[in-house]
Amino acid sequence: MADLKSLSPCAGLLPLSRGALTLEEVAWDPIWSVAPYKGQMQDVSDLLNAALGVGFPVPGTWDGDANVRALWSGLDQAFLVGAKPPAGLTARAAVTDNSDSWACVALSGDDVEEVLARLVPVDLREAAFGIGRCIRTQVQHMACVVLRDAPDRFVIMAFRSMAGTLVHELDVAMQGVDARKPA
Amino acid sequence: MRLDGYGRIDRSVPVTFSFDGKSFVGFQGDTLASALLANDITLMGRSFKYHRPRGVLSAGSEEPNALMTVKRSGGGDPNVRATVQEIFDGMQAFSQNRWPSLDWDLLSINDLAAPFLTAGFYYKTFMWPKPFWEKVYEPFIRRAAGLGALDRVHNLDRYEKAYAFCDLLVIGGGPAGLMAALTAGRAGVDVILVDEDVQPGGRLLAEDECIDGVQATDWVTATLEELEALPTVRVMTRTAVTGAYDGGVYGAIERVGHHRATLGGLPLECFWRIMAKRAILAAGSIERPVAFRNNDRPGVMTAGAMRAYLHRWGVVPAQNVVVFGNNDDAHRTARDLVAAGVHVAALVDIRPDVVKSDAYQVIAGAVVSDVSGGRNGVESVRVTTPNGESRIQCGALAMSGGWNPTVHLACHMNGRPVWNEDISAFVPAPDMVPGLRAVGAAQGVFSTHGCLRDGAEAAVEVARELGVSATETALPEADDTPYALRPLWAVPHKGRAWLDFQNDVTVKDVTQAATENFRSVEHMKRYTTQGMATDQGKSSNVAALAVLADVTGRSIPETGTTTFRPPFVPVSIGAMGAGAQGKGFAPERKTTSHAATVERGAPMIEAGLWYRPSYFPKADERTWRESCDREVTMVRDSVGVCDVSTLGKIDIQGPDASAFLDFVYCNTFSTLKPGRVRYGLMLREDGHVMDDGTTARLDETHFVMTTTTAAAGQVMQHLEWVHQGVRPDLDVRIISATEQWAQFAVAGPKSRELLNGLLDESIDSEGWPFMACGAVSLMGVEGRLFRISFSGEHAYELAVPSRYGDSLYRELIARAEGLGGGAYGMEALNVLRIEKGFITHSEIHGRVTADDIGMGRMVSSKKDCVGKTMSERPGLSGAEREQLVGLKPIGAVKQLTAGAHLFERNAAPNRANDHGYITSVGFSPTLGHFIGLGFLLNGRARLGETVKMVDHLRELETLCEVIDPVMFDPDGGRVRG
Repeated sequence: MADLKSLSPCAGLLPLSRGALTLEEVAWDPIWSVAPYKGQMQDVSDLLNAALGVGFPVPGTWDGDANVRALWSGLDQAFLVGAKPPAGLTARAAVTDNSDSWACVALSGDDVEEVLARLVPVDLREAAFGIGRCIRTQVQHMACVVLRDAPDRFVIMAFRSMAGTLVHELDVAMQGVDARKPA
Repeated sequence: MRLDGYGRIDRSVPVTFSFDGKSFVGFQGDTLASALLANDITLMGRSFKYHRPRGVLSAGSEEPNALMTVKRSGGGDPNVRATVQEIFDGMQAFSQNRWPSLDWDLLSINDLAAPFLTAGFYYKTFMWPKPFWEKVYEPFIRRAAGLGALDRVHNLDRYEKAYAFCDLLVIGGGPAGLMAALTAGRAGVDVILVDEDVQPGGRLLAEDECIDGVQATDWVTATLEELEALPTVRVMTRTAVTGAYDGGVYGAIERVGHHRATLGGLPLECFWRIMAKRAILAAGSIERPVAFRNNDRPGVMTAGAMRAYLHRWGVVPAQNVVVFGNNDDAHRTARDLVAAGVHVAALVDIRPDVVKSDAYQVIAGAVVSDVSGGRNGVESVRVTTPNGESRIQCGALAMSGGWNPTVHLACHMNGRPVWNEDISAFVPAPDMVPGLRAVGAAQGVFSTHGCLRDGAEAAVEVARELGVSATETALPEADDTPYALRPLWAVPHKGRAWLDFQNDVTVKDVTQAATENFRSVEHMKRYTTQGMATDQGKSSNVAALAVLADVTGRSIPETGTTTFRPPFVPVSIGAMGAGAQGKGFAPERKTTSHAATVERGAPMIEAGLWYRPSYFPKADERTWRESCDREVTMVRDSVGVCDVSTLGKIDIQGPDASAFLDFVYCNTFSTLKPGRVRYGLMLREDGHVMDDGTTARLDETHFVMTTTTAAAGQVMQHLEWVHQGVRPDLDVRIISATEQWAQFAVAGPKSRELLNGLLDESIDSEGWPFMACGAVSLMGVEGRLFRISFSGEHAYELAVPSRYGDSLYRELIARAEGLGGGAYGMEALNVLRIEKGFITHSEIHGRVTADDIGMGRMVSSKKDCVGKTMSERPGLSGAEREQLVGLKPIGAVKQLTAGAHLFERNAAPNRANDHGYITSVGFSPTLGHFIGLGFLLNGRARLGETVKMVDHLRELETLCEVIDPVMFDPDGGRVRG
């Protein structure tokens, strides 16, 4: 019997670059949602910290490093990226595997803020949205999560089924910004 | 003509363009208007109604006359204002609203008919005979009156939209705006300075004056250099702020590609949404013409515009000019023209006590009352004094009736400006738009010094409000001549004197409106169409209402203004809808089986945002019905596979999860055992059915709810609302897992055989009875299996993480085909479920109750739920309602159609006799005839009755027998298999 073959959400779509701008898929795996039950927020945060070195993020931020990170994703909810929830967490929080729900792409380059300014109705300039910030918002007309993890790099998460549209919209915006660069 | 030594154009870069097919040369920095004037072209268009010859009136975005169609390779736009269009190599401009040519326009006959075409003419004349309006009059009028035409080809231009954020938005980069941005920027305030022109500078680019001892243009250059170097200041040019909206949101249109020969990936325009905590409106002012006879002749322009053409582009419309005005600014024009070597034949000023000049003749206490000339320019003007009349030869006339502050944006939230008697103009009142203050000329401060001071002071104040300490740096020295005028709106005369050039509205029209009792300014506007053209009456509104005030014996402030609405300048629809052309209208959602489905030639249909296969055609099948019939039979006889990932899947966990489900569903879920699935029905708060679906209990505190594809988002939102707003007491957590799982229905008598070939541990009826669920492992992958059925067959839904979806789908299809089955699409799925009487949103369309669909008893009496009390209202259940029934054709006509209405057999098929309607139909190969589901008045009591289906749209009439909605396998033996 053959094995089931795994495909990433943006398989065949990425990477691509326009001028100095690059768009590539980020293999974030796994992604678990963690939603602490009533009164469990501190315990959950402590548990995460002890096991993985990341705390439960305050709204609008993410915590962690390139390997494991926890990003705020809504009311009493965070996405744990790069690690399974530690044992003992399920008693204190609802955890759900959402590893395959999201198309995660990284957009990088000097003009990265200009590209996202064409799609995301949020002030993403460094002073307002520096490294460590994270927000649930829209990219064009898709629901998404946007976070900054370097001065010139953002990660955008959108629904897996919309990966084609996500890449298309970002590509069009990248082309528009690149075309404005003086030759 | 072009003057040596004048203008800020780059004479080393010639630019070749054409106008009405004739080639011309201008220079880098020219607008279309300045380049045409430099080539002695004064006739630039024909007026809207009378087809009067027209030249350029202004030098800015307010231009009413010089509208043109501009084409570049691959595209073009009508109604482009020549005063804002920069020329580029290869640009083709065309005049508009003339036939056969601009010089010889046959429709200028309208001008001779002018006595009949006054305000209200259409309303009175084309009333009879009534059918003539649509067929004869309107097409003719539309042909005769109009602006530019669209080229009727699909618009391939690219448009962009973008967002920008700042603490202070400075609108307009004249002296006030520059000083405001500079003062705030130096203090570190987050500033965006927006200017609609090619570069900031405003009036300073159009004048000959000094700031701090240097040419004002040099001061502008130095200021811009400093602004560019300030880290918190962003300067946006060619960008006009078009509207002020709630919450500090401003719309702005940026011309990105209009001035380029080739776009090379650039958009034509970018529509900006700018979010600002504070705004300074430094939009300047617009000079107003004076209404007198023939004031619309080519060669008549505003005095400030004539100075702008002189200083900025080195162009004058003629060598011999008369200047006419009511204020000191007109004298400035005369002085500047003389300095440039242009002969000023006379300066005519209505004020008797003005200073004389050695350089030109000043006729005080006089007015210009008529202009003579041809379509290509002015020949002479008639000057009227208290002592008589005289004619003065000249090639052009500069006129000035004073200046109107550009108050528009300040009025966009419906505030009304206030009248300032000193300048005879309206100025913004404070706080008309929260957070916005007007400065400089926009507030009625007209000297350069005053503008600089005003801008700086406002910036300091705004900075303070934003919590930044700013100090007013030393103000640059600048001209501070006071502005003095005597109001003059119209020169009395029996001839036609133009107020609104673009819509051809004269003083007479306004008077006529008042005579016919359209005395309110809003009524006058609509009766005469004054201010309703694409320029929104920028250069005519105040004069028109002043005339109205005069004839109605009221003061101007009493008369009031009309409503200022966005956009300030025209914005193309393409820019506002940027990114939404074609497929950009909405995101596309594709299942993991999409590629494999398309490979099999399945036509895709849209289900919400999702794409799903309609049917899977075989080589020998000529119609979709053949494919559909085969797929239905295949599921009933062997096994079919269908992607059902699009159904919403919601993960619900927590100690109170079952209590939460009891509250959102009308039936009970707390009694459901782990490892089992139950069908659930959800009501809206108004008691009508919202959605249905199955919910599986994975363990004591963990459920997975499925929703219909159509209502997945709505249900998720509803659950969040109920949790956060209605039952915050319940400890439950909800998250969508729709995208996580690729889920496939495997349906038919051979479904278990198929699965057992795939699963790592095989299943049987004891371990997996109907409505069982649980974790499974297949080919080493952890998945979930649900024994549920939407076809009435022995069926399962198998879910794996989406990354394996494509692979599993291909595997399932291959194995199904080995068993004599295969893939089935939405058409077959629909027939299968109609045969079983299962509902979709065709039935639960928002107006039906649980009782209507025969599920009244599912609303549990033992507990409360959302919508329960409201569902118990009288009139929402029982015999008076239309109830779900099945239908089959029994007469000569065998076809049923969805949307058709139901009537008693012998009743006339009209609204009064309506007994219901059909919601879903399909041909059942299983039963050998059409079947349908529908709602029939008291339907459950009428099984066996014959009713008449009438489809008024498709002109179809079918006799039907009312039957039970469950038409196949009514005892459910097959599903338990």
